[in-house]
Amino acid sequence: MRKFNISIFWSSLVLLGVSYLLMKYVVQPPLPSSILAMYVGMILFAIFIYVTVEEERMREFLQPIRGLFLDEKKKTWQTLVLIGFPLAIGVYSFNAFSPKISPPAELRTVHPAPPDEYVGLVNPLRESGEGGAKPHEGDLEEHVQKGAEIYFKNCFFCHGDALDGKGHFAEGFTPLPANFRDQGTIAQLQESYVFWRIKTGGPGLPTESQPWNSAMPIWEDFLTDEEIWQVILYIYEGAGVEPRTWE
Amino acid sequence: MENIEYRISNIESRIASRLPASRFLLLALFSLFMLFALSAFAQEPAYRHFPLIGSRNAIWIISQLHLMFAAFILGVPIFAVIVEYIGVRTKDPKFDRLAKEFTKLLLIAFSTTATFGAIMLFLLIGLYPNFFNYMSSIFFPTFVIYSLLFFGEGFSLYLYWYSWDKLMNKKWLHITFGIMLNVFGTLLMIIANTWVTFMMSPGGIDEQGALISLWGAINNFTWIPINIHRFIANICFGGFIVGAYAAYRFLSSKTDEERAHYDWMGYVGNFIGTAALIPLPFAGYWLGKEIYEYSEPLMIRMMGGELSWLFIIQAILIGVLFIGANYYLWIALSRIKGGERFRKYVKYMLFLLVICFAIWMTPHSLVASLEEARKIGATHHPLLGVFGVMSAKNTAVNLIILTTFFSFMLYQRANKIETVTWAKKGKIAQIIILGSAAGVVIFYGIYGYYVPAAVRIGFSVYQVSAVLAAMILVTILSSLILRGATSMGTIEWGKMPARSQYTLIVLALTIVTLMGLMGYIRSATRADWHVYRVLRDTSPEAFTPTIAYATQMISIITFIFFAFICFIFWLGHMGEKQ
Ligand code: HEC
Repeated sequence: MRKFNISIFWSSLVLLGVSYLLMKYVVQPPLPSSILAMYVGMILFAIFIYVTVEEERMREFLQPIRGLFLDEKKKTWQTLVLIGFPLAIGVYSFNAFSPKISPPAELRTVHPAPPDEYVGLVNPLRESGEGGAKPHEGDLEEHVQKGAEIYFKNCFFCHGDALDGKGHFAEGFTPLPANFRDQGTIAQLQESYVFWRIKTGGPGLPTESQPWNSAMPIWEDFLTDEEIWQVILYIYEGAGVEPRTWE
Repeated sequence: MENIEYRISNIESRIASRLPASRFLLLALFSLFMLFALSAFAQEPAYRHFPLIGSRNAIWIISQLHLMFAAFILGVPIFAVIVEYIGVRTKDPKFDRLAKEFTKLLLIAFSTTATFGAIMLFLLIGLYPNFFNYMSSIFFPTFVIYSLLFFGEGFSLYLYWYSWDKLMNKKWLHITFGIMLNVFGTLLMIIANTWVTFMMSPGGIDEQGALISLWGAINNFTWIPINIHRFIANICFGGFIVGAYAAYRFLSSKTDEERAHYDWMGYVGNFIGTAALIPLPFAGYWLGKEIYEYSEPLMIRMMGGELSWLFIIQAILIGVLFIGANYYLWIALSRIKGGERFRKYVKYMLFLLVICFAIWMTPHSLVASLEEARKIGATHHPLLGVFGVMSAKNTAVNLIILTTFFSFMLYQRANKIETVTWAKKGKIAQIIILGSAAGVVIFYGIYGYYVPAAVRIGFSVYQVSAVLAAMILVTILSSLILRGATSMGTIEWGKMPARSQYTLIVLALTIVTLMGLMGYIRSATRADWHVYRVLRDTSPEAFTPTIAYATQMISIITFIFFAFICFIFWLGHMGEKQ
């Protein structure tokens, strides 16, 4: 650093700027602004720590600022900075707080606690062999097959034929239909939980998840319990993920 | 009520048919009286209203303040006795002075704690009579024991304080008083914990909520883990509060001598606080596991539901604690001759800490606007899918702990020159041990993504064991390597920049806020139950407050607590001047 004679002040600014641009424009899919703000905050914090750990470094960091404001000859620059800096903050704040067309970000509780009666249910089809033993391969396959049929008759309009949440109707809904291939949906849920969600759909969500205009239909009026367990088998199989198990 | 009336009159008429008139009159009078009594009982309100701020907020503020003061008078004596003991061992009088200075603050804090406890009790009886009745029906015997222990606590505190100068030559007796004080204090906490934990995970009762076994109610699911978690947290809290006090005194010092003393005191406080901070995440995980085992919905509500947003704040606060403690140590390297040798490591440690904290803070589900959600194309961002899960978090926290340990190690040997012949090999061995612990942590962290949750949970045990084993081994090696080491110069106590002292104050503020936050999360997890699934909260304030509301309350409480603490510090200061 010393070799190029860039002071730590400017290199910090560059670091901040570059990492911001990287996170904002290079990371794909784009990070939500809440996360971005958090990471940028972390970097700022780290720079602060790094600079202030040592006395000399702190002095070096402050040098350009001191140089600017203590130098009588730099009047124009001083004026520019003193006007430009508050102005930039003003513009930023205005942009951040002025009303927008798109609805504001919501704190959604995506996975609220399920009602008691669903807790601890096990998928009977995984256990349906004689004497509670594992089912014969054939049985399970049959159930998965049936599940696939159910899925393509009922669910794929929204959840997509690749189970990635990109069905034909998907674009029309907020929140978007769940992407079953994502680590954050069924892969981290127990089957009992998924059973509850399918059975009672969006309206079955507890008040704590509101406002939540989930388009997920209530399936208990259309599918039997067994059919729901079958479609569960299929979505796990099809998405290539395992249901969550505890201990 | 109608039912009872009907039954009573039914009985009356049956009896009446066989009794003379005078007797009937008596009976009628009696039953009338009974009816009055019953209806009076029925009119006893289930709740009363606290003016202006409402009952819930009143209890919230008072009990949290009581708890923080309790942490103070439990944590600080542990600190004082340890320091006094070190003083005896090292024969260095400054340790004794430190221990005594703190015991003086304890005296003031003790009565404040008791006052808040009494206010809390009155408020509970007055505002939540039904709830209090129920708790008494279960726990009355423990109330009695609690009051007796309270005497013990008070007396041993006075003994400890007033016998200080007298027993200067009989230190063992004096330290025994100090240990007694701690035993009473800890027992008090353990009993109070039975009530709190019973509210969350009741046990020892039948379907109707009536008591079957007092021991069952006491030894409920979360009791032991909370005892341990709180015990460690109190030490941590005590350490950081001591640090803040020292910082305040440092900043207002007029002489170099004073500055040196308080700089050193701040260092000791920070050391104890951080040492206790290190095992806290593990104790926290254990508590979580126990809650989960007691009731899955409870756990999901806490970690997966609306309260989960507060865990992001928790992560930030814990981040501030760890990074702050490290920052303080790094600054402190500059007042030790020879410390500059280690400065070059700072940036790597900082880098590691920051990366780990970025991971540790990344939430599992995200706050995204509609537009952003569309761009991401799913409800979850793949990055969050990777960073937001337990595997990543466990790995991050273990690495943070290792790094903090490493900072301490460097600090410890900052001014030392090893003289043992095998020093170089020893240091290489230490690096290898720490490196392989980090390796184990990272290996299981990554491997964790490829196995189901049930297996993954077991991995955290390996990670923790690797870290603990490494820390123990390296500490033993260090003491061997540094045996007979020569010094490059003494530590220049007092030569610290002001910002290091502000860091100590920030640490204290952070741990207090953190306590308020986690206490709120634990209580709010019960939702609208006084006693989970046993006694419902039917008061108008049974709702779960919004996140903004809750965090504002927590901030207000933190503020009030610090106002009190400043007052106590100031009193301590004033007493000294005279
Ligand atoms: C009208 C569109 C629509 C249809 C049809 C539909 N879903 Fe959904 N589904 C959604 C939406 C939107 C969500 C996300 C919001 C939510 O969780 O309620 C969702 C969520 C889910 C979830 C919850 C995932 C999680 O992570 O919590 C499951 C499981 C699910 N759907 C299964 C199914 C199954 C199985 C079917 C067919 C039987 C089906 N869905 C049919 C729209 C639909």
